[in-house]
Amino acid sequence: MLIILALTWQTAAWFINSADFPSLLNVIDSFIYHVNQGDMLANISITLGRVFISFIIAMTLGVIIGIIMGCSDKVNELSDTLLIIALNIPALVTILLCYIWLGLVESAAITAVVINKIPTVVVMIREGARVVDQDLLAVAKVYKLSPRITFFKVFLPQIYPYIMASARAGLSLIWKIVLVVELLGRSDGVGFALNTLFQFFDIAGILAYTFAFIAVVLVIEALVFRPLDKLTSRGMNHDSA
Amino acid sequence: MIALDISIKNKCYGNSDAVVLKDINFSVKPGEFVAIIGPSGCGKSTLLNMLCGLEESSEQKLLCNGKAINGDELHKLGYIFQQPRLMPWLTVQENLQLVLPLSQHEQIDDLLTQVGLSGKGGYFPKQLSGGMQRRVAIARAFAVNPELILLDEPFNSLDAPTAAKLRLLLVKLCQNRGSTVIFVTHDLSEAVYLADRIIFMSNTPTSIIHQIKVNLTKPRQEAGSKELAWQAKLMDEHPKILAGKTN
Repeated sequence: MLIILALTWQTAAWFINSADFPSLLNVIDSFIYHVNQGDMLANISITLGRVFISFIIAMTLGVIIGIIMGCSDKVNELSDTLLIIALNIPALVTILLCYIWLGLVESAAITAVVINKIPTVVVMIREGARVVDQDLLAVAKVYKLSPRITFFKVFLPQIYPYIMASARAGLSLIWKIVLVVELLGRSDGVGFALNTLFQFFDIAGILAYTFAFIAVVLVIEALVFRPLDKLTSRGMNHDSA
Repeated sequence: MIALDISIKNKCYGNSDAVVLKDINFSVKPGEFVAIIGPSGCGKSTLLNMLCGLEESSEQKLLCNGKAINGDELHKLGYIFQQPRLMPWLTVQENLQLVLPLSQHEQIDDLLTQVGLSGKGGYFPKQLSGGMQRRVAIARAFAVNPELILLDEPFNSLDAPTAAKLRLLLVKLCQNRGSTVIFVTHDLSEAVYLADRIIFMSNTPTSIIHQIKVNLTKPRQEAGSKELAWQAKLMDEHPKILAGKTN
């Protein structure tokens, strides 16, 4: 499929023959150039660092808040309107406000990304916590399992699929927001590099950076999410005897 | 082994005013196997849930060996539910480890052998048949060395030969451990086979209609001639009790 797509692109670029639609070979050339210059790896690592920190903070807070809202009708009732508001604030507004209030600093960038991501994590985890099997919790109560064991061995495994889904959706959303944050107020990272390339109308460079970052995300998917998926869905995918 | 005195004046369904249990008073002697029979929806499961603290009522009194306690204070308690309720993400061995302190994990292999699941410790519940999953649930209940075992129609929805095998397993384990057992069922022949005493319950609001001692010697035979004759005599003498009606 990828080969067909690449051939189609190369052929289309050959027919269109415009600098605005670089051929695949031009993009590969640009990729090699930026790798050799050293800027691509540096910018990607900086962006990945921001993505990682934002992801960890957003997932941790989102999972905690989501579980509390899913388990307590009262908390959910009190916070639901706030959650809907948070879900609908445009990412750009949050980013601008964070930069205005906190200054053009790293913490403002991370805060903006985290604020944008938390509500979507909360919504997914809340739904998971709401449908936790009460019969299994009853087993924990009858056999006097400690609150810690009940949480980690009985409750949490039931919301693993929701955590994995929000983590996957989270990663893709977070790296897009990080690029906007970098474009608007940072002097390094992939977002900053894309902004510079845009100013020179270097379309091949923009595409080279984009594909490089997508490749990194695919590697993360293969090396982190898939093994995690396997671990968290253990016992669930076997056929009945 | 424990003796229980159970007294429930009134238990409403959830937060509603609909009374589900009314004036339920009975005692269970140490090591006694008591079966409770009643029509569907009469509150048999609610009664068991109240005994283990899953449901509560301000108008209930539970005496354990003469001492007043709440349901959740019964520590050595095994509960076999209608469904096995195993954690699907844990292996058979891990499901048993879950209810046991670390120091007792070594007894798991022995337990699995007793319930006929030797070598299945590494399997996940979904890899086992329904009957095998029930065996794991039985092993889990007996793993905690229970003084009291509650069984809520545990052989429901199983095919007849599997249910018969599991009843036999239950009889053996109960004989070995000497636990006090309260067993909810809607199957009179199952109750006659297993129980020392049968408590018959009415339709809602549920109360006790009759308590009848099963004066047949043990071991009994499932659907044996003596057991069937005893059952027929019971139905002749009390034709309405199985429908949850008072005589």
